[in-house]
Amino acid sequence: MKPQLHATDIELRMLIEAVYLQYNYDFRDYTGASQKRRVLHALREMDCPTISALQAKVMHDPAAFSQLLQYLTIPVTEMFRDPSFYLSLREQVMPFLKTYPSLKIWVAGCSTGQEVYSMAIMLREEGLLERAIIYATDINPQSLETARRGVFPLEHMQLYTENYQAAGGKTAFSNYYTAAYGGARFDQSLVENVTFADHSLSTDSVFSETHLISCRNVMIYFNRKLQNRVFGLFHESLCHRGFLALGSKESIDFSDYGNRFEALAKRDRIYRKLAT
Amino acid sequence: MNGSARIREPRAPQAIVIGGSAGGVDALLGVLSNLPQGMRVPVICMLHMPASRESRLAEVFAPRLPVPVREAGDKQSIEEATVYFAGSGYHLSIEQDRSFSLSCEPPVHFARPAIDVLMASAADVYGEALVGILLTGANADGAAGMAEIHDKGGFTVVQDPAEAQVATMPRAAIAASAPDLILPLAAIGRLLQSLVMGEAPEQQQTVNATTAEQGQKRKVEKP
Repeated sequence: MKPQLHATDIELRMLIEAVYLQYNYDFRDYTGASQKRRVLHALREMDCPTISALQAKVMHDPAAFSQLLQYLTIPVTEMFRDPSFYLSLREQVMPFLKTYPSLKIWVAGCSTGQEVYSMAIMLREEGLLERAIIYATDINPQSLETARRGVFPLEHMQLYTENYQAAGGKTAFSNYYTAAYGGARFDQSLVENVTFADHSLSTDSVFSETHLISCRNVMIYFNRKLQNRVFGLFHESLCHRGFLALGSKESIDFSDYGNRFEALAKRDRIYRKLAT
Repeated sequence: MNGSARIREPRAPQAIVIGGSAGGVDALLGVLSNLPQGMRVPVICMLHMPASRESRLAEVFAPRLPVPVREAGDKQSIEEATVYFAGSGYHLSIEQDRSFSLSCEPPVHFARPAIDVLMASAADVYGEALVGILLTGANADGAAGMAEIHDKGGFTVVQDPAEAQVATMPRAAIAASAPDLILPLAAIGRLLQSLVMGEAPEQQQTVNATTAEQGQKRKVEKP
């Protein structure tokens, strides 16, 4: 049964198509309900009566597009989100990573960088940070800039600290940041070996071989088709028996690549590439 | 359209969405425990739980209900004759192809998952063939979602605030958009038994919402 399209849905589809053609940002295979909600939110904030009006504005004004981009992407994340995931990563993946003389790690869809700093802290505590190169990629330049700066709101530190401790943190969390610039500024030596880069999972290809890919709470915004494309990228990028980490409600099982990975920590969504 | 009396007869439901917060587990157990085994319509439930804890609602309800109970998973197709529970930490939406999707947008009314988000997306997909039910709770989440269901022609039922463990949530919903019915839990349970068989709410059951609300006020004023 073909769902009946309302005017808003038609306008939304045209906006997404226009954004793709004009700015080469491809949101066409994003999940619908959440995207619609965020565009309607953007309408109100950007003072447009209709999505068509928003489209007209965005088409002729790159600044308006970059404003809209903040709504089309979802910069909501926290450090050590799902502590049990980080604990599993620490206990079950790090021992394998220690066997490599050098490491490449890809944090895909890193948003404002909380996952990157969490990963870097854990690598340092496991004695791996010095030999690791981390690629932190996202499509939102503003998020990447926030990630690079590493200044997060002070009021989040309590939650982050609790998460860190539950994730098996080995020291006081406050050792990693200082109060500065009106927030908590994270130790910049943590990201010395991090390359922050603009990369689209929808349109770009693999750029490096990696040992571990962390892509958490990104796949939920993609439809099955795009999920399969992205799992394909990850499969291609990962080295022999490389590791893949997903968000706590995400799974590779029902994708085209389900049978090319095995679960290492099923509950925490850590998978390992099967030998071919 | 808010507050207007119903013009068309209510449609047979293709989905039922139930929201609740404080006191919601007991209320929902009462409402769902007599679901008929041959039920045909999916029932999608969302109760606010502390975000720090992993939700076990599906596991808690499964042994107590005579029908299949599952947690709503990302990209999962919605099966008929199943009771779904929203998991914790993510918003839950319904997509045009009648599957679930999860997202991490900021909390709404301090809640993630938020009932407003679920109900608005469900109203978008099912329109007139949706029933929304809102139970006890200490928060205004769900009021906007119920109004959305009403505006898209769906059928709305709010638990009688007089008997709700916490009346804030039902009161907020009644204030935002007059529901088709305001009922005590026992009556909601009975209504649900016919709704899940795919039967439209009977016309005589649909009281004029404004009258119901006034009746409600009168009831409150009685000593």
